[in-house]
Amino acid sequence: MSGRVPAGSRSAGTLRVRELRITLPGPRGMADVVDGVSFDMVEGRTTGLIGESGSGKSLTAMAMVGLVPETAVVSGQVLLGDEDLLTAGRARIRQVRGTEISVVFQDPSTALNPTMTIGDQVGEILRSRGLSRSQARERAADLLEHVGIPDAANRVRAYPHEFSGGMRQRAMIALALAGGPRFILADEPTTALDVTVQARILDLLGRLRDEDHLSMLLVSHDLRVMSHVADDLVVMYAGRVCERGGAKAVLNRPLHPYTDALVRSVPSVHVESAIADPLPGSPANPFDRPAGCPFNPRCPRAEDRCRTEVPALREIAPGRLSACHFAELAERTSDTVPRN
Amino acid sequence: MLPQLIRRLGLMIFTVWGAVSLTFVILRLAPGDQATVQLGPDATAADVSALREELGLNRPMLVQYLDYLGSALTGDFGESYRFRDSATTVILDRFPATVLLAGTATVVALTIGLLLGILAGRAPGKLADRAISGITLVMQAIPSFWSGIMLILLMALTLRLLPSAGSGDLQHLVLPAVTLAIPFTALVARITRSSVAEVTAEPYIMTARSKGLPERLVLSRHALRNSVIPVVAIVSLHIGTLMGGAVIVEQVFAWEGVGSLLVGAVGNRDYAIVQGTTVLLAIVVVTMNLLADVLNARLDPRIRAGVAS
Repeated sequence: MSGRVPAGSRSAGTLRVRELRITLPGPRGMADVVDGVSFDMVEGRTTGLIGESGSGKSLTAMAMVGLVPETAVVSGQVLLGDEDLLTAGRARIRQVRGTEISVVFQDPSTALNPTMTIGDQVGEILRSRGLSRSQARERAADLLEHVGIPDAANRVRAYPHEFSGGMRQRAMIALALAGGPRFILADEPTTALDVTVQARILDLLGRLRDEDHLSMLLVSHDLRVMSHVADDLVVMYAGRVCERGGAKAVLNRPLHPYTDALVRSVPSVHVESAIADPLPGSPANPFDRPAGCPFNPRCPRAEDRCRTEVPALREIAPGRLSACHFAELAERTSDTVPRN
Repeated sequence: MLPQLIRRLGLMIFTVWGAVSLTFVILRLAPGDQATVQLGPDATAADVSALREELGLNRPMLVQYLDYLGSALTGDFGESYRFRDSATTVILDRFPATVLLAGTATVVALTIGLLLGILAGRAPGKLADRAISGITLVMQAIPSFWSGIMLILLMALTLRLLPSAGSGDLQHLVLPAVTLAIPFTALVARITRSSVAEVTAEPYIMTARSKGLPERLVLSRHALRNSVIPVVAIVSLHIGTLMGGAVIVEQVFAWEGVGSLLVGAVGNRDYAIVQGTTVLLAIVVVTMNLLADVLNARLDPRIRAGVAS
């Protein structure tokens, strides 16, 4: 695929994931816990990667920078411009980390080194580029100020335990920004935070994306978070993409029963009724995926075909992709009730 | 930090006092005393009681205790009847040899133990880990008196490489130091292993990797410092065990330190030496514990701030 893009027309502003497959050893042999996932991260946009736990969404994000368990076998392509990061080699991947693609982790209270000052951690990547300790510290203070930490010049000398949860996540974001990346992979960046702090961190991420011209991948299980900040949505179920499209369109009118069920399960997104419909059943085990459509055991409209034939992800309407056998039908008949 | 330090100091004094008092009581509960041992089995009862009178052993226990405690505070532990000298002088004379032995063993144990622990802990379940875990388990299980004798048989009697006993120069130091270091190395290795394994699974290690740091720096800058904190804490708790081990090893190798002095003094009911040595060992243990705590506070800012981690 990389040969298709002629040199010189490097689409540097896009990070493209193509047919990503991650195989992990499970209780009964190797299993494709991520199976043929494709999506784009476009400059200046936030792509939401949503799914239940075990859907493979975090693993997908981590595989983009090679941070998967040693036992994982990864195939497919992660294209930065026309360069496939999966075949680029360890040294190149290390170079890309932090400077092209950064990660914001879920829980800032464990993702920051407890015995290193905030400033040293934020500035570490700059130090490895040859900046002196004081230069790195100065730059770290600038970055901390940029992410809204008051009194940053003094706070660089603080340790993580001296910060509140929200401040720690801001520091984590500053750390991610330090190397001047174009792509940020945020793995559940607000899940570990107080609800009151969540919105502020999401606002910050949105502001940074616009100011610094970043592309953001937001991995979350929280549809409310997604409805706030995502421009594009990739809905994952059991290691596969079941729906993809513009966030508003997908949330307003899901073309996959799983997305639909997800939307209905969240009270604040579902406007027609205050009562949420919890999703029946439990998430598919990626090590033991049902035959046919992986969602079929929980799907209200599953038919025989769904239990035998794996539905392909295909374009149903312009910019809208779904992996449901009945997506065309749903699209034509407005079977899924439009909301808003 | 200062009130903490004062509290710690108070605790240290209390610990040493406890050791002093316990030794006093236990020694006097043991059958026989200095008078019977000194005069031998053929002595008449009159002779024994005369000597007891002279040594002050027939005074009430409490008086003896307070008297002893009072002089101990001034550094006077009485006179050793066997050495015909002040116990303090005799003990301090022997102390450097023990410091040399225990110090060498500690340096060896920390160097090899940390190395093995890191090797095992960075890849849990892999071949290196399983091999090291197996070896260290055996090393920890072997009693020092046995491994000491085995080393003497091998190195001194069969290979004739090193002297079997005695003290003084470097040659004499090797075998007892190795014997003492064996279980201690295993202890350090096992704690380091689990600590490194735990720390390398921490999310902040992933953060360090996400910065594009080479694995070498991830390990040395982020994993090791955090791994060493529990190692320091647990090793400091075992300094007492190390000193106890030194007592046995000194005896096996006839190393002239306070350990062999203590064993001899117990047999001879040389109260002054036993009590003085116990106090010294207690002081060593509490001091090393304090040093370990200070070191850990330097390593871990959360301890510095008094935050429970």
